Amino acid sequence: MKSLAELAAIRDKMKNKVVLREGSGDTRVVVGMATCGIAAGARPVLNAFVEGITAADLADKVTVTQTGCIGICQFEPVVEIYESDKEKVTYVKMTPDKAAEIIEKHLKGGQVVAEYTINNYKG
Amino acid sequence: MIRAQVLICGGTGCTSSGSVAIQEAFKQQIEANGLAEEVKIVQTGCFGLCALGPVVIVYPDGTFYSRVTEEDVKEIVSEHLLKGRIVERLVYSDTGAEVADVKEVSLNDTAFYRSQMRVALRNCGVINPENIDEYIAMDGYAALGKVLTEMTPEQVIDTILDSGLRGRGGAGFPTGKKWQLARVLVPDADQKYVACNADEGDPGAFMDRSVLEGDPHALIEAMAIAAYAIGANRGFVYVRAEYPIAVHRLQIAIDQAREYGLLGKDIFGTGFDFDMEIRLGAGAFVCGEETALMTSIEGNRGEPRPRPPFPAVKGLFGKPTVLNNVETYANVPQIILKGADWFKSIGTEKSKGTKVFALGGNIEHTGLVEVPMGTTLRQIVEEIGGGIPNGKKFKAAQTGGPSGGCIPAEYLDIPIDYDNLLEIGSMMGSGGLIVMDEDSCMVDIAKFFLEFTVDESCGKCTPCRIGTKRLLEMLDNITKGKATLEDLDRMEELCYYIKKNALCGLGQTAPNPVLSTLRYFRDEYVAHIVDKKCPAGVCKELLTYSIIKDKCFGCGMCAKACPAGAITKTDYTAPGKKLPAYEIDPAKCVKCGACVGTCKFKAIIKG
Repeated sequence: MKSLAELAAIRDKMKNKVVLREGSGDTRVVVGMATCGIAAGARPVLNAFVEGITAADLADKVTVTQTGCIGICQFEPVVEIYESDKEKVTYVKMTPDKAAEIIEKHLKGGQVVAEYTINNYKG
Repeated sequence: MIRAQVLICGGTGCTSSGSVAIQEAFKQQIEANGLAEEVKIVQTGCFGLCALGPVVIVYPDGTFYSRVTEEDVKEIVSEHLLKGRIVERLVYSDTGAEVADVKEVSLNDTAFYRSQMRVALRNCGVINPENIDEYIAMDGYAALGKVLTEMTPEQVIDTILDSGLRGRGGAGFPTGKKWQLARVLVPDADQKYVACNADEGDPGAFMDRSVLEGDPHALIEAMAIAAYAIGANRGFVYVRAEYPIAVHRLQIAIDQAREYGLLGKDIFGTGFDFDMEIRLGAGAFVCGEETALMTSIEGNRGEPRPRPPFPAVKGLFGKPTVLNNVETYANVPQIILKGADWFKSIGTEKSKGTKVFALGGNIEHTGLVEVPMGTTLRQIVEEIGGGIPNGKKFKAAQTGGPSGGCIPAEYLDIPIDYDNLLEIGSMMGSGGLIVMDEDSCMVDIAKFFLEFTVDESCGKCTPCRIGTKRLLEMLDNITKGKATLEDLDRMEELCYYIKKNALCGLGQTAPNPVLSTLRYFRDEYVAHIVDKKCPAGVCKELLTYSIIKDKCFGCGMCAKACPAGAITKTDYTAPGKKLPAYEIDPAKCVKCGACVGTCKFKAIIKG
């Protein structure tokens, strides 16, 4: 170790790997991962969120977790986004592509992607 | 891409309850379910809640599973990791209530952790201790970098002085002062050393082991900082050989730090050289005393020598040396990074920062806790420790190990810091905290610690070698009902004599368990001597078992259980009973107590 810069480089490289354990993210992305969700393709969606959020450098602010069956199996894969002081947003019939879009617009830009939300599918 | 991490405790406590096999099972199950790319297994140091081990935490949600068995692993993997359904029956809960919300099952929300503040233990149970990169990710070695590139040695010492950090090994000497003396007292020294006391001989204390096992790089970093501050370039860690996991991980950490150039020559290109090595102790209590420890590092028999000269003047190999305890060192990088003011804001007026306690004895959550100085004993015992099991009453807490004393219930609300503990006749010591319930005999406790001291006395000075032996004999006589009240006075006199005349700290403090129990529980000593009774029913020689004949149904279960054949049938049949009652022959009774448990009618009493 010949310089502080080297140390900082290791820290930055490793930070993403341990940040998961701090669980301090204000925003939580919860992916429904019951049998229905998995069958409908929740796993690639989950992985797309984890990868996309890390790539977007949001890992210290956004926590990606999974949950069981939410109860609206016809709309799986379901992803819910919880932000402090804001109403929960429920995205349905998710795909990895939609996940990338949501990371870009919702998590980075703060704009809910209305066309993928459950409201759009009602009725 | 990793989306979840399974942290498995690899501390000594959980290792002995089977965490290695669990880790293997997780590996198999995760691979079998095709999750190897998504879920990472991390072996960590101690989480602190050893009573509930083996413990496993699943992140990112922070679900805290306790008492996990190999059979449970399959369920955790298939339910939680695959399907996202928390295995509720394994989740640790303070209240035993149903787990309704994911947030409530998180580790930090439990009563055990909520009131804790982790500074020295901050990385224990969070990072993989065998991976230097994870330590660096938690701002590891940033403090060393800051010290070497931005601060003069004097500034480092001033920061530590200003922070108010005091030695966590027992006596509470200001750490900054120690460093300052080692820097200035011998200005022309050609060689200086830093050393770490990781001998940890107090029965029941294991915080130093946990830091070494869970966060070994913190110690390496802190020792390098201390070396820079005093002008040393070599360090020694004195660890007892009974800590194999700690020794193993510390060695890995030292090797990794060398590989990264964080130990060795020209660290961070500043021209500062520092390297360190481990010295193993054979586990003698006296080698926790600083002069004996240094003698042992030098390769001689571990015996103390008189002070002065203090180690700051004449320490290891006759050179100026700073010797600090593991927990003290573990605080140093944080103080450098966050500043003295941050550290000062925690704790009481004269004791700053936090203290780690090893909770043991009659308490629900045995384990390791770190709380701000000034936390009351009641908070530690009742809130964090979960209270006394089986609805028993709190009687006393023993702090400071064989050098400390007992704190009775009347002081439960005293804020714990160095000075308050000394005032009530105990001491901080290294932080062992043994809780005793109403079934504990205080004379027996004093005897237990004296037995330890007698065993561990190095024999160099007479007051300790012979004095403690005589003290133990007196205590033994008391527990056998053979002592007089005059003996009690003589015993007290002997205590003060040993305190005044023993060579080293261990001898000087050896009578403390006797003195403090005499101070608060004199009535128990008197009961043993005058009434020939042990109020708590512990001292066998003073116990008698008897059967209340009017309660006895004559079933004979007790007679069957008695190994000495001391229980026989009588001619007396109690009113309303069909069979004759039994009785115990005190001459034959060996006082094993086996009969008490067999009696469904609570007819057998001890007293």
